[in-house]
Amino acid sequence: MAEIKKRAKPLSVNPLKTSSTTGAALAFLGIDRAIPMLHGSQGCTAFAKVFFVRHFREPIPLQTTAMDQASTVLGADDNVVQGLETLCRKQRPALIGLPTTGLSETQGADVRRNVREFRAKFPEHDGVVVVPVDTPDYVGCLESGFALAVKGLVEALVPADRSRVGRRPKQVNLLVNASLTPGDLEHLRDLVELFGLRPVIVPDVGDSLDGHLIADDFTPLTFGGTPVAEITTLGEAAHTVVVGRSLAAAADLLGERSGVPDTRFDHLMGLAANDRLVRVLAELSGRAVPPRIDRWRAQLQDAMVDCHFALGFARIAIAADPDLLLAMAAFVSAFGAEVVAAVAPDRVGVLTEVPSDAVHIGDLDTLEDLARAAQAQLIISNSHAADAAARLGVPLLRAGFPQYDLVGGYARQWIGYRGGRQALFDLSNLLLAHHGQQDAIAPYHAVLRAPAPGAGACPPSVPGGGSH
Amino acid sequence: MKRSDVAALLDEPACSHNRKSKSGCAKPQPGASAGGCAFDGAQIAMLPIADVAHVVHGPIACAGSSWDNRGTRTTGPALYKIGMTTDLTEQDVVMGRSEKRLFHAIGQAIESLQPPAVFVYNTCVPALIGDDLEAVCKAAARHFGVPVVPIDCAGFYGTKNLGNRIGADAMVRHVIGGREPDPLPEVVIADYAARGIRIHDVNLIGEYNIAGEFWHVAPLFDELGLRILCTLSGDSRYHEVQTMHRAEANMMVCSKAMINVARKLEDTYGTPWFEGSFYGISDMSAALRGFARIIGDASLSARTEALIAREEARIGGLLAPWRERLAGKRVLLNTGGVKSWSVVSALQDLGMDVVATATKKSTEEDKARIRELMGPEAKMITDGSARALLDLMADLDADIMIAGGRNLYTALKARLPFLDINQEREFGYAGYQGMVELTRQLALTIESPVWGQVRAPAPWASTERARRRQEALDEDDLILPLDDAPAVAAGEAA
Repeated sequence: MAEIKKRAKPLSVNPLKTSSTTGAALAFLGIDRAIPMLHGSQGCTAFAKVFFVRHFREPIPLQTTAMDQASTVLGADDNVVQGLETLCRKQRPALIGLPTTGLSETQGADVRRNVREFRAKFPEHDGVVVVPVDTPDYVGCLESGFALAVKGLVEALVPADRSRVGRRPKQVNLLVNASLTPGDLEHLRDLVELFGLRPVIVPDVGDSLDGHLIADDFTPLTFGGTPVAEITTLGEAAHTVVVGRSLAAAADLLGERSGVPDTRFDHLMGLAANDRLVRVLAELSGRAVPPRIDRWRAQLQDAMVDCHFALGFARIAIAADPDLLLAMAAFVSAFGAEVVAAVAPDRVGVLTEVPSDAVHIGDLDTLEDLARAAQAQLIISNSHAADAAARLGVPLLRAGFPQYDLVGGYARQWIGYRGGRQALFDLSNLLLAHHGQQDAIAPYHAVLRAPAPGAGACPPSVPGGGSH
Repeated sequence: MKRSDVAALLDEPACSHNRKSKSGCAKPQPGASAGGCAFDGAQIAMLPIADVAHVVHGPIACAGSSWDNRGTRTTGPALYKIGMTTDLTEQDVVMGRSEKRLFHAIGQAIESLQPPAVFVYNTCVPALIGDDLEAVCKAAARHFGVPVVPIDCAGFYGTKNLGNRIGADAMVRHVIGGREPDPLPEVVIADYAARGIRIHDVNLIGEYNIAGEFWHVAPLFDELGLRILCTLSGDSRYHEVQTMHRAEANMMVCSKAMINVARKLEDTYGTPWFEGSFYGISDMSAALRGFARIIGDASLSARTEALIAREEARIGGLLAPWRERLAGKRVLLNTGGVKSWSVVSALQDLGMDVVATATKKSTEEDKARIRELMGPEAKMITDGSARALLDLMADLDADIMIAGGRNLYTALKARLPFLDINQEREFGYAGYQGMVELTRQLALTIESPVWGQVRAPAPWASTERARRRQEALDEDDLILPLDDAPAVAAGEAA
């Protein structure tokens, strides 16, 4: 549907992209008692850490192999082995995620070999799962790095055994992409449980990064997330639900290894996607759809009727990672809005399906130019787009990473009937609040209109002189 | 950058750390390190130069997670808020196209933004594949007719502190001395002369105008007739950095990060310098006295004393009610270098009791000052890990942790009051007026009604369980009771 316009400028101005390394780290943060260790220089980790701390407002466990000048030039194999040993000895994690960076990939790192060396040298740490993943930051974006880590988790933990499908007849695996917030995942869990099914969410940042105080004052590892042992049972589930096209490769691998059938969704926003999800869950459970879900659905439909005036023909500009871009564009299009500018940081196939004339591979500067040219009325993007939105004089609905200038962005629920309803309300309110500025009819002062008694011959200029 | 260049930067005769081995700080340990890299340090130090186009040459991770996260403020141009990076792709790296991309990227920045100069920050990947940063910058400067300053600060060169110095060194080598200061307008000179004030030119090195806090201080400089030629780098402009060689005195503000600039200006231009801080009443007054002393203008000294007397009295009055509320509160201070003592004095000005301070990044001189301020019993924090800090908070019965943003959620997760003292903060604490904001923020967190509520266990929970989490889950318990469930795969990906 959409034409893909490739990156046209040598300089990226106000970047939209976040590195694939960071994305991989996020996926590992959704595993219980885990810690990601980025194979690169200290800064690679420090930047990623600050990025997540500001977004989630949580302490973020993240370590580094701390490559310095000597190890960059002479080889950093020892850094990986030593780093793994130190983490295992000091923190006793259940899992260590090991994403590479541009630095280590350029240098020629082979982290899989490093992990084998580590295993041979330190058999006492065999109980700690290590998941290496190749995520140089010159390839992909946050979403693709996240997907690679999910694939790595399946590769490391799901046994190739197709004989066990359905051994846990109530278990539904949920393979979720980077777009889903902790708020989304909590809803997903509740929804599946409403049907008497047992959800296993991979990875579950809804359990680790939802922002909750714990009894312990400190932990060096994630507190919450998918338990490692649960991931090993994915092959025994009755079914897998996959959310996001970016996870296609991970889902293929899981299917291939386990034989568990799956249902794939591009996203879970809006009426149609949720209708399909609820139907799948009803069929899997053999239960009728609980009445309260019907009520939520009816509420969303009511909101759609109420809001279609505000959203119909509304000119929306969206900049986000591919899966999220498709989700948002499909969501607003379903209410009659027009996606007049669509920007993604990385080129992938799914972008051709975005309901818009074109998708530009670019940055927030691209978004700003396109939005200005198309007279967009509202922007959907991350917090970095706030300045662009201010310059354009249009409201910004914050979605994606990072969201550092508002509290609780990470907790927002977008999916499901109720998440969709709230997003619909918010979009409408933002548009209504700005309606006067863009679309108001210019007052016309009739030349022949009689002036107020005592006033001069000039047309009235007092406030309230309008005809309403 | 050659190893010898890095070694030369680490060899800083004016720094009292210099006697020790030349590894910079301790070699980072894989799996147990925290802190930024040289690129981080260089960018943080130079980004506040507000009208320059700051171009990060590398793949996305370096700029992508770090642009527009600096709490510094500007009175005018705001190019530093625009993130710019060559965002190198795999093709650029593999096919050797990164130099070409950089050249055109510089051109794009110049054409679209018309900056007075472009700073190019080198990062790990182009450094590793051997991009000739200097040559590309030179060629671009010639071709586009705008100064292009190479800052060779690949992350793997070393720590954030080294990066600070690399950035500062680039200013000394490429920018400072490039231009003479403009003469002051006649009316201004006449106005000051009429009041018997001779105007002196000074620089501030290592002041970043976080949250605009220097605007609390700047009016005092105007009042005393001290023209700030340049602040390196808060709210500064490229043309101001060019004139730094003409100052009569330099002040190293609150950090030794850019001590190489002060030393080289002294070596080359004979500019005297001193070290000081704008945090706290006594340090603020000491800083103003420092200028008067170095410049040696009797009238300036007299006016400085009068100003100090007036401001201290004024602020004393404003702080009196807060002092009562904060007096005796116990503070654990975990911050670096000069702040380890400069903030101590600010807190003591408020009658607070600093029970421990960090010394990891402090010099022997800093430590001596700490002992002088806090007494011989002063607890010096050597282990800055979250666990150690929390234990110390409990042992010393501290009321609040004051530290950088890195420790913010350490304290909050442990349900403890916290004040952010580092560069990410959103409030300005510098100068006399900044003390009012500091006390307000201290009282806000220490006296907050939330602490009692978040420490209270749920009414239905037994106290014992609320205090300590249950024993760590045994992995065996997590597997559903299927007798032939597969064991946890211990391996990694094939």
